Amino acid sequence: MTAWQVIRTLGIGWWFHLKMLSRSAFDGVLGILWPLFFATVAFLMYRINGDDRVLLYASVGASVMGVWSSVSTSGSGVVQRERWQGTLELLVAAPVPMPLILLPITVAMATIGLLSMVVTLLWGRFLFGIDVNVVHPVLFLVAVPVTVVSVGAVGFLLSVTVVRYRSAWALGSALELPVWLVAGFLVPIGILPDWVRPLSWLLAPTWGVRAIREAALGGNPVPEIGLCLLVGAGYLALGVLAAESVLQSARRHATLALS
Amino acid sequence: MTSVTNATRIFVLGGITSYRALFHWITPWILIPTFLVGPVTQILLFAYLGRSSGVGSDEYFVIGNAIQYAAIPCLFAMGNTIGDERQQKTLGIILSTPAPRVPLFLGRAIPVILNGWVVALFALVAGGLIFSIDVPASAYPPIVLVSLVTSFSCTGLGLVGAALALRVRETAVLANVIFGILLVFCGVNVPLESLPEWMSSVSPWLPLTHGIAAARTLADGATFSSVSGALGKEAGIGALYVLIGMAMLSYFEWESRRRATLEVF
Repeated sequence: MTAWQVIRTLGIGWWFHLKMLSRSAFDGVLGILWPLFFATVAFLMYRINGDDRVLLYASVGASVMGVWSSVSTSGSGVVQRERWQGTLELLVAAPVPMPLILLPITVAMATIGLLSMVVTLLWGRFLFGIDVNVVHPVLFLVAVPVTVVSVGAVGFLLSVTVVRYRSAWALGSALELPVWLVAGFLVPIGILPDWVRPLSWLLAPTWGVRAIREAALGGNPVPEIGLCLLVGAGYLALGVLAAESVLQSARRHATLALS
Repeated sequence: MTSVTNATRIFVLGGITSYRALFHWITPWILIPTFLVGPVTQILLFAYLGRSSGVGSDEYFVIGNAIQYAAIPCLFAMGNTIGDERQQKTLGIILSTPAPRVPLFLGRAIPVILNGWVVALFALVAGGLIFSIDVPASAYPPIVLVSLVTSFSCTGLGLVGAALALRVRETAVLANVIFGILLVFCGVNVPLESLPEWMSSVSPWLPLTHGIAAARTLADGATFSSVSGALGKEAGIGALYVLIGMAMLSYFEWESRRRATLEVF
């Protein structure tokens, strides 16, 4: 495939799935409400001692929670969903490589999470008086899509590694809160046990939320943006390898439609 | 067969069969991430959030979140026992039988209550070990009882969700939203006195609020008699939701017959 064909496939796949994911009002409302419940608790807790800087810190972090939530829960069930819909065999048989089909789906899921980001920032602004004035708007506008793509890459790896499990969505749900914690969405990583820190460095959301926070609250987000891209690329590479291996196994054992 | 024996059979066997079917449909594998990993990660998240914000102690968050997590099986399993049967097209067959409705639906609630209770106890033990919380040994038996009563009251609310499953498609979404409301309003992580006034005025009317407060009081060394009032309120709230749920089930069943919408999505 030429570079243009790859870009076109990714772009059309992303737009197509973004439109499909936007169709369910129930899922859309839950995607906004679910992280908002946790963000509200965090705001109420941080407000008790009245430290505005900490509230700002929590507000920006909480706004990114929805991006991860929409990928962790739904991303792990991407292949299963195609299997249930009877489209998995068609996708595997298509001449387009499987990673180019799956990646736009998980990136579209992360993109849907941006709606939650906007609502959480507005929720914090109007109900809790947390006024986030973005210090570096251009870098903020770079950090957000980089985070979305990198989180989508994590979802892509997740989707192919759990393809053999019928209830993979449950595993994805179980990863939602630990990543909120370990990646420092709501609490500084410094207060976690020392052994958690290297673990957090391996997570793309850690660098994404740091980049967005630095861009919004002042600082230099460029290194974090770079690291977010780098870690995301690592997940992408692992996902491509895993997809190849899983598909070969499924073809060899004739288990593509099973599980 | 007498009507009492028949009702007892429907209550016990119907409840057990429905519960087994629930986990046949969604596979027992999800028990581990949903009921064991989930509560522990929620406790960890809020305990560290508490440390970061300087609110509450580890014990406060372990007890609050462990007991609140009983709501997951109580809301989801209760809703799904009706919602899944509707989707699998077996609910219409069940409702076409002359089986009395009270044992039919309440029988489905008993395994759910026990499930919620076990989840809460597991989370209490796991969270207690992780954070090395110090609870007097004499407080354990009454806390176990409080957890059971709280699971009952949550299941009462779950029954309301189950009734709504006769009208809405997305029972899981509904259960998620109710779970979130309980997380914010019931003093799970934010002390009731720190909530806005309108929110703290709603809290006493929700399951969990009195149960969590009672468990925390017991963990601080209070006697069982000092929390009997709170426990009574928790049980009363649960009974109220059971009555509301049964009334709604009855109404929606009648209406779904009248409008032929039982299996319409």
